[in-house]
Amino acid sequence: MTNPIDIAAKATPAPVARRLRGLSDRSIAWIFVAPTILLLLAVNIFPLIWTVRLSFTNYAANRPGREVEWVGLRNYIRILTDDGTWANMQTTAHFLIWTIILQVVIGFTLAWLINRKFKGNDLLTTLIVIPMMLSPAVVGNFWTFLYQPQIGLINYVVELVSGVPASSFSMLGPGGLAPWSIIIVDTWMWTPFVMLICLAGLRSIPDYIYEAAEVDRASKWRQFWTITVPMVLPFLMLAVLFRGIENFKMFDMVVLLTGGGPGNETLLASIDLKREAFEKWRTGYSSAYAIILFVTVFGLASIYVKALNKVKER
Amino acid sequence: MKHTTLAASAALALVWTAQANAQANELTLCWAAWDPANALVELSKDFEAQSGIKMNFEFVPWPNFADRMLNELNSGGQLCDLLIGDSQWLGGSAENGHYLKLNDFFAAEGISMDDFLPAAVYAYSTWPKGTPNYWALPAMGDANGWFYRKDWFTNPDIMAAYKEATGQDLREPQSQKELLQIAQFFQGREIDGKTVYGASIFTERGSEGITMGATGALYAWGFKYENTPGSYDMEGAVNSPAAVEALEFYKTLYDTATPPGYDNAYMEQSLDAFKSGQVAMAMNWFAFFPGLYADPTTGGDKIDFFVNPPQNVAASTLGGQGISVVSYSDNVEGALQYIKWFANPDVQKKWWASGGYAVHNAVVNDPAFPESTPFAGDFLQAMSGVQDFWQEPAYASLLLAMQERLHNYVVADQGTAQEALDGLIADWTEVFEDEGKL
Repeated sequence: MTNPIDIAAKATPAPVARRLRGLSDRSIAWIFVAPTILLLLAVNIFPLIWTVRLSFTNYAANRPGREVEWVGLRNYIRILTDDGTWANMQTTAHFLIWTIILQVVIGFTLAWLINRKFKGNDLLTTLIVIPMMLSPAVVGNFWTFLYQPQIGLINYVVELVSGVPASSFSMLGPGGLAPWSIIIVDTWMWTPFVMLICLAGLRSIPDYIYEAAEVDRASKWRQFWTITVPMVLPFLMLAVLFRGIENFKMFDMVVLLTGGGPGNETLLASIDLKREAFEKWRTGYSSAYAIILFVTVFGLASIYVKALNKVKER
Repeated sequence: MKHTTLAASAALALVWTAQANAQANELTLCWAAWDPANALVELSKDFEAQSGIKMNFEFVPWPNFADRMLNELNSGGQLCDLLIGDSQWLGGSAENGHYLKLNDFFAAEGISMDDFLPAAVYAYSTWPKGTPNYWALPAMGDANGWFYRKDWFTNPDIMAAYKEATGQDLREPQSQKELLQIAQFFQGREIDGKTVYGASIFTERGSEGITMGATGALYAWGFKYENTPGSYDMEGAVNSPAAVEALEFYKTLYDTATPPGYDNAYMEQSLDAFKSGQVAMAMNWFAFFPGLYADPTTGGDKIDFFVNPPQNVAASTLGGQGISVVSYSDNVEGALQYIKWFANPDVQKKWWASGGYAVHNAVVNDPAFPESTPFAGDFLQAMSGVQDFWQEPAYASLLLAMQERLHNYVVADQGTAQEALDGLIADWTEVFEDEGKL
C-alpha cells in the first residue's frame, strides 16, 4: 500500500513527471550521475589534463606577461637527468620503506598484544592512539624540542645511557641522523593507525578456528603462521597502502622538523615539488615533476592493489 | 512572501553599500611580524587621526612572509593596499604589474628621492636598478650587523685569558678573521658556571637565512655577482678565489664557533641564543637592535653592537624594505595618501624615535643621530656599504639555488667551497637562460 516507489512517484511534481515519462532507466541513471561526473571532470580530470599540457611549456604562474613557449619534452628530460631529483626520490624511498617496515612490525606487535584480554586494555589502547590524533604541526614542533641537542630529552637520555655528550651530536643536524630522526617521528605518530587496522583484523578471526587448531594439537607458533598471519594479511596490506600513499606525499611534519635539510638530506620529493611550484614558480617544470610523481604512485598503487585483491581471493 | 523578499533584498543592498563605504575608508598594510611592525602600528595612529582612514595590519612571521605575500601578489589578491616588501621582490613586482609606479605621484606631491639615503633609494625603490623609476618609498633601512656581550668582553679575567691565548687584546672584531678568533676563544668556555659558545650565525635552509648570513662574509671578501654589472657574466666573479676563501671561512665559523644544533638557525634562533646567554656574539638585522638593547637580561650595559667586520672590503648584507602601493588595491587613493604622510620628515623622525629605521636625510643627517642610540652610528656605517642579492624577477629561483648550495656545503659537509660556487654558477646560468637573459 505504501510502496516507496509509489510515494516517490506521487511526490514528483507533475511537470517533471511529464518530462521524465518515456525516458529509459539508463537515461534516468545518467541524469542522476551526470552532476557528479561533471564535478569530477571539473575538479579532477580537467586540472590533470591542464597539468599535462603545462608540463610541455615554460609557463610561470607568477609571470602573467611572459610569453608561454612550447618546450616539448625539455622539462621531463631535465627532471629525469637531474641527479638532484634522483637523490630526492631515494630520500623519499628511504623514508617510505623504513617507516612502513617499522610501523608494520611495531603496529602488528602492539595489536597482537592488545588483542589479549587483560585489565586496562581499553585505556591502554586509547593512550596508544593519542599520537595519531595530534596535528602534524604540533608533532613537528614538539619533536624539534625533543631533538634539541642542549635541552632536548633525546640527547639527554643518550648521554645518560651511553656517556656520549648530549651536545656532541644533533639528531636533526649533519652527521646522517636526520633521515632516521624523521622516520622515528613518523613511526611514533602513525604506528597506532597500523595497530588499529591490525586489531580489527585480529578481532575478525573467529575463535572456533583457533579452537579447531587446538583440537588438532597445532602449536601456538603454527597457529600464528597458518591462521593469524594469513587472516590479518589483507588488513595489513591495506594499512601499508594507506601509509605508503600518505608518506609518499609527506610534507608538513618534515618541513617543520628539518626544512628538507641539513643540505638535502631530508628533502623529500613532495617538498622539492612544492619549492619548484610555489617558491621558484617554475609552473611548467613543476607540472612535469607532478606528472612523473603521479605516474609513479599510480603505477605502484595499481600493482599493489592487484596483489591485495589476489591475497583477498585466497 | 513578496514583502519578505523585498525586505531581504533591501537589507542585503544596505549591507553591501555599507561594506563598500567601509572599504573606501580603510587601508590594509602588509608586512612581516616583528618589532618594527609594532612600532608602525603605533605610528599609524597619527595617520588615522589626520585622515579618518582606519588602518588594518596583516603581519606574517618572517619564515612565511615571502611565500604568503608573493602568493598574494601573484594571484592578484586584494588583501594588501600597502605592502612593505623585500627589496628583492622589486624586479618581479614591477615587471608583473603588482606595484604601482610612483614617479608621477612623487612629482605631484613634491616627494624627492634625493631626501633619502642614496643606498636605500637604490635598493628599496628603483627598478631597473639605479634608474629613476620608483616603485616604493624607502620605509625601513636595514643591514645585517653584530652584537656581543659587552660584560664578557670587559671582564678582566676573560680579557686576560684571551690575551694569554691569542696574544691580542679582546675588543670589537676589526676583521672577519678576528671575529672568528674571538668566537673560537669563547666556544665551550665556562662563564658563570655555564658553558657558552662563540657566535650565533644564520644557517637556515628553507627561506633565505644561510644566504643572508654567508653573504656577510662573501661581501667582506669582495664577492661580486657579475664581472660587469648587468652582463650576467658570473664565471670568475661568483667563484673567485676570494669568494671561495670567504665561504670556507663561513664554514669554519659554523663548524668551530657556533652552539650545538644551530644548523637551521635564522633571526629568531640568533636572538634566542643571545638572550639565553649562550653566545658571546650573534649576527642579526639592525631592526632587532632596539629590542635587544632594551632586554632586561642581556641588554643595557651588557650589550654592544658592531658593523659587519671587513676583510678585503667593508661591506654588509642589505636588509630592509620599501613601502609600495599594490596595484590591485581598491583604495589606491588612500594608499597614496598614507605614503605622502609617511614621507613627511616629521613623521620620519617619529618613526626613528619609535624603533623604525628611517632613512630620510632629515633623520640620518641630524648631527645628533649617530649618538642617538648605541647602534645608530653602526647603522649609518653599515648603510654606506650595503650590498644586495639579485633583485631580478627570477630572484626566488636564484635565492633557493644559493640556499641549497650553501647549506649543502656549510652545514651538510658536502663537497668543497669551490664546488659549491661552481655549482651555483651552473644553477644561475640555467635560470638566466630560462629568462632569456643568457
